[in-house]
Amino acid sequence: MLRYVAGRLAWVLVILLAVCVFTYVIFFQLSPDPAVMICGKTCTQERIETIRTSLGLDRPFFQQLGDFLRGIVAGRDYGAGANLVHCPAPCLGYSFQSGQSVWEMVQQRLPVSVTVAVGAAVLWLLFGILFGLLSGVKEGTWWDRATMALALGGSSIPPYVLALALQYLLVVKLRVLPFPAAVPFAEDPAVWFQSYLMPWTVLAVGYACLYARLTRANVIDTLAENFMRTARAKGLGPVLILRRHALRPALTPIVTIFGMDFAGLLGGALITETVFGLNGVGKMASDAIAKNDQPVIMAVTLLAAFFVVVGNVVVDLLYTALDPRVRITAS
Amino acid sequence: MATTTLHEAQQELPPGPPGAAPPGGTGRRVLRALLHDIGAVLSTAFLALIVLMALCAPLISALTGHGPDTFDSAAVDNDLGGLPKGSLGGISGDHWLGVEPQNGRDILARIAYGARISLLIAVSATALTTVIGVVLGLLAGFYGRWVDQAISRLMDFLMAFPALIFMIAVLSALPAGNRPLLLVIVLSAFGWPYLARVVRGQTLTLTGREFVEAARASGAGSRALIFSEILPNLRSTIIVMTTLAVPGYIGTEAGLSFLGVGVTPPTASWGQMIASSVSWYQVDPMYFVIPGTFLFGTVLALTVVGDRLRHALDAGEAS
Repeated sequence: MLRYVAGRLAWVLVILLAVCVFTYVIFFQLSPDPAVMICGKTCTQERIETIRTSLGLDRPFFQQLGDFLRGIVAGRDYGAGANLVHCPAPCLGYSFQSGQSVWEMVQQRLPVSVTVAVGAAVLWLLFGILFGLLSGVKEGTWWDRATMALALGGSSIPPYVLALALQYLLVVKLRVLPFPAAVPFAEDPAVWFQSYLMPWTVLAVGYACLYARLTRANVIDTLAENFMRTARAKGLGPVLILRRHALRPALTPIVTIFGMDFAGLLGGALITETVFGLNGVGKMASDAIAKNDQPVIMAVTLLAAFFVVVGNVVVDLLYTALDPRVRITAS
Repeated sequence: MATTTLHEAQQELPPGPPGAAPPGGTGRRVLRALLHDIGAVLSTAFLALIVLMALCAPLISALTGHGPDTFDSAAVDNDLGGLPKGSLGGISGDHWLGVEPQNGRDILARIAYGARISLLIAVSATALTTVIGVVLGLLAGFYGRWVDQAISRLMDFLMAFPALIFMIAVLSALPAGNRPLLLVIVLSAFGWPYLARVVRGQTLTLTGREFVEAARASGAGSRALIFSEILPNLRSTIIVMTTLAVPGYIGTEAGLSFLGVGVTPPTASWGQMIASSVSWYQVDPMYFVIPGTFLFGTVLALTVVGDRLRHALDAGEAS
């Protein structure tokens, strides 16, 4: 087991390194010279050279990549002499736009993204699994058909279309909700809830519909298994059968998918955050992309990849704990 | 978004080995099943309308007399900050779906030309994804060993990548050039592993089946085994997954254009129309409702057709 975990962790590092190198190469090759961008319109060749030297852009590509990687693990120094700036680990560099430390920016924005992701996850798990279960148990009835038709429709709405439609109806026309904003919880819990309700809903709808369909399919498969016949033959009632025997095997696969989806969102729900103007990691990414702020783009890409690969490992370990069948074959 | 749909398609595929249904009767049976499903018929009709609109976009422009880029200052009210004249976003006998605020471009013409670009990108990306996904999936599943190792690791890597952020970053860093082509390449680059993974898994089971053994024993080479024994049995999987990939790509392309890194103006695209309606939705909701409805309807119709197709094909394999 220990060896398995160690192997998985090594794999995480390899993937992250690959993502890092790949992203770095693409931006190193494609983007316009950052020194020219920082310098602005009125700029001398001399000044550009100074900026290039202080950022280390005059060094060969592989040395720059090495500097970047070393900065993440051990921190690094920028410039020399009186202008020396130490950037402590994990050093992701400084924003070309604001000059702020990228790691500090990430720390400021992450709580908003986590709030958006967790709230949406609660909603989609609750509704997705509930409706999936009800639909699966009542397979073939009008209720099942209506729910599934709705789920198919819900998963086809692009999030920004839904966001605009909800905003128009609830905020502009009916005035039941305020415009979404990243209000801190401590300030006013009621306003906090109202401000986040729409972003949560927009993000959750697609996933809830998908999870409802997956849960339904799993419940139907599980109910058709032999051990369910045994449970029924023992004389157990339908509620008890569902609770004691069907729920676990039917929901275990959902855990895998949930882990991946949730990890994917921690790197920032880019579209939802952008549409509602919430200052999370996703909005930070789209702003950085618009201004070609490379250190920030690098950081968000790495952060998002980090959550995805770590989520992958956590899911694998959780799966072994939840499904005894996997545990037996693994050992 | 593209990834979600492929992901979903893959989750719901039957776990068992793909069946070896006789190719002859399947097509007709599936067609009959689809014709009896009202959702599938309505969706197909809607899709036919969209395709027709896309094909006849120049004809529509000629009929109404408005091109996708012709400004019509007579249709907007400059005293009201450029709002369309008349109710419902300026819908009239002249402009059937109204006009854009401010410059008065005809929305019907822009929807029709937008459908062209949307469908072109989504269908091309699906075709490219299918070719790469099937070829690499087959190679990995059939040859195994280091070929499989190399391809599987590459797929792990691509699937761990934050695809949306990366697509946006790459597209914004690249010079304008041929945007639609770039979109197709970027969409396919991150989309193929989801298909390849399924194809690989099924090829792995099929390669061990008796009929493949038998063909191999009777002297068939690798090429014959792949093309005449394995590939025909992957047909329904490939059909279902590609059908479900198209709406995913339409959604992603619109999303990228919405974020301003997809199709560049003045080329009309649905995502871009929705993006420019953001600053107008409070005073001119129709400007957002119309492209939003077309986008939602197209994605939904394609998803319904894909879903019904899967059910029809699954039912055939079970019998």
